[in-house]
Amino acid sequence: MPDALSIVVVETDRERAFMIVDGLRDAGEFDIQVISEPSGLARQIQMRDPDVVLIDIANPSRDVLEELTLASGAMDRPVAMFVDRSEDGMTAAAVEAGVSAYVVDGLQAARLKPVLDAAIARFRLFQRMRTELAETKRALEERKVIDRAKGMVMKARGIGEDEAYALLRKAAMDQNKRVAEVAQALVTAAGLLA
Amino acid sequence: MSATRIPAGYVPLTDAAPLIAAQEMGFAAEERLVLELHRAPSWSSLRDMLAFGQVDAAQMLAPVPVAAALGVGGASTPFSVLSVLSVNGTVIGVSSSLARRLADAGHDFSFDDAASAGKALITATGPGLRIGVPFPFSMHTELLHYWLQGLAADTGRGISIRTVPPPLMTDAIKSGEIDAFCVGEPWGSLAVENGAGALLLPGRAIWSFAPEKVLAVRSAWAEAEPGLAGRLIRALWRAGRWLADPASRGLAAEILSARRYLDLPAEIIERALSGKFTVTPQGLQREVPGFIGFHDGAAGFPWRSQAQWIALQLAERTGLDRHRALRMAGPVFRSDLYRSALRGTGADLPGASSKLEGTVGTPLLAAGESGTVSLLPNRFFDGRVFDPMAAD
Repeated sequence: MPDALSIVVVETDRERAFMIVDGLRDAGEFDIQVISEPSGLARQIQMRDPDVVLIDIANPSRDVLEELTLASGAMDRPVAMFVDRSEDGMTAAAVEAGVSAYVVDGLQAARLKPVLDAAIARFRLFQRMRTELAETKRALEERKVIDRAKGMVMKARGIGEDEAYALLRKAAMDQNKRVAEVAQALVTAAGLLA
Repeated sequence: MSATRIPAGYVPLTDAAPLIAAQEMGFAAEERLVLELHRAPSWSSLRDMLAFGQVDAAQMLAPVPVAAALGVGGASTPFSVLSVLSVNGTVIGVSSSLARRLADAGHDFSFDDAASAGKALITATGPGLRIGVPFPFSMHTELLHYWLQGLAADTGRGISIRTVPPPLMTDAIKSGEIDAFCVGEPWGSLAVENGAGALLLPGRAIWSFAPEKVLAVRSAWAEAEPGLAGRLIRALWRAGRWLADPASRGLAAEILSARRYLDLPAEIIERALSGKFTVTPQGLQREVPGFIGFHDGAAGFPWRSQAQWIALQLAERTGLDRHRALRMAGPVFRSDLYRSALRGTGADLPGASSKLEGTVGTPLLAAGESGTVSLLPNRFFDGRVFDPMAAD
């Protein structure tokens, strides 16, 4: 039985970090630490000397990890595995093409696969929740603006609600914009003129 | 005939201009190409996007393909350099408190004398100096090492060069994590604008004709698609020529400033393109003619001696065998593909593919494939000459 794999998760967002850690705990016995402070990242990682570093592929601090491959000689320690934000299959490609590019010294790719899978699954779940929440919020905001614009059109033109909405929708179609955009423009303009 | 789509990656910097201009200004279209531009968050991710086939071409730090050929750094896929996208274009800056100490000690921020600026810097800080660079395999890193060694300041003893992503450079300076930095524009000007620091030198004060970003592809792709590679080289050569025309600067800065590209004010981006810098938060102005080169002096030509200079620096730093490094690096810069792509277009093509680096003091006419080629000053601050033949 090999020792538990030591993993460092680099993630500034606390909630997302917790989620990834939870996912990893479900996947197996790992010794996990989270680094949330991007300053001095190379130093912090060197101090902890983990087997695997998990970091979002879109995190600009990823470049800092490259320093470790140099500091410790050509590739004599495992460095980075990546959590994928995008849907473009980069992680799959990375795993196919080169988990071994980052993982050396007897650490088998097979041992890393569950780590990566769990982290990615959790990360995606979190992203989805975030996106849904943001979408819901945006829809609510838009609804409010459209209602205000509708009210203004009704008052200005002395027409009913359905008619006012139809006018807004037509203006949007004519300008190749979304109804919410036209409504926002109207509300903004009215604010300026008031 | 319909256009061929080439996914191409870049990092949001002023010197991403050739790729962006090639697509936006129709130079790619002239070669029946559509560049699908992908903005990368970091150099390591762009390198991996290229290695794993997410993109087929990429703006790349000149040392990255060389490092890959030598087996250092995280890439194991062989890359080929089709052309040099930009020459120079980096700045060295210091924190505001360090700038004050330098000024108190009588440094004039003349912005052109690497020897005196370097001595002032080392005198003011002593061996504890910490300098941030964007990537371990970068011209920034190589120029700093060369500069500090030339000043007889042993970087192994105290002075440390560490990686800080450009968007975090201002924070790192403000929080005192680093004392100085070397970074591509517009990040240096942004640090001045945010009051975090002052600019000390342009990179060209250390080496006046340093290859900065290159057009890199997978070597296997270059072998499989010679026709496409040629079209790409020509499109980017035209983009470089357009960017070198002072009349294009305003529009180039506007295009780069767009949200989907750099998403930064055009006024800040234009400083590097025009060479007119604000070097302190108090507004001190300095002019650097030819701060960044896209075309003049056969800027696009990928000299094998450039690759070898980089390889030798890397070898010295990582303890690799010098001879092997020189041998492996030369062929990475594909002067042969560049020649065959541009032959007959009127482009300046030098007669040789390797040269002595550091010998051109004033603009010079050299022998070309047909007629002459004008070369721009190519000097190291300490007057040394790099002879790839003698180095082997």
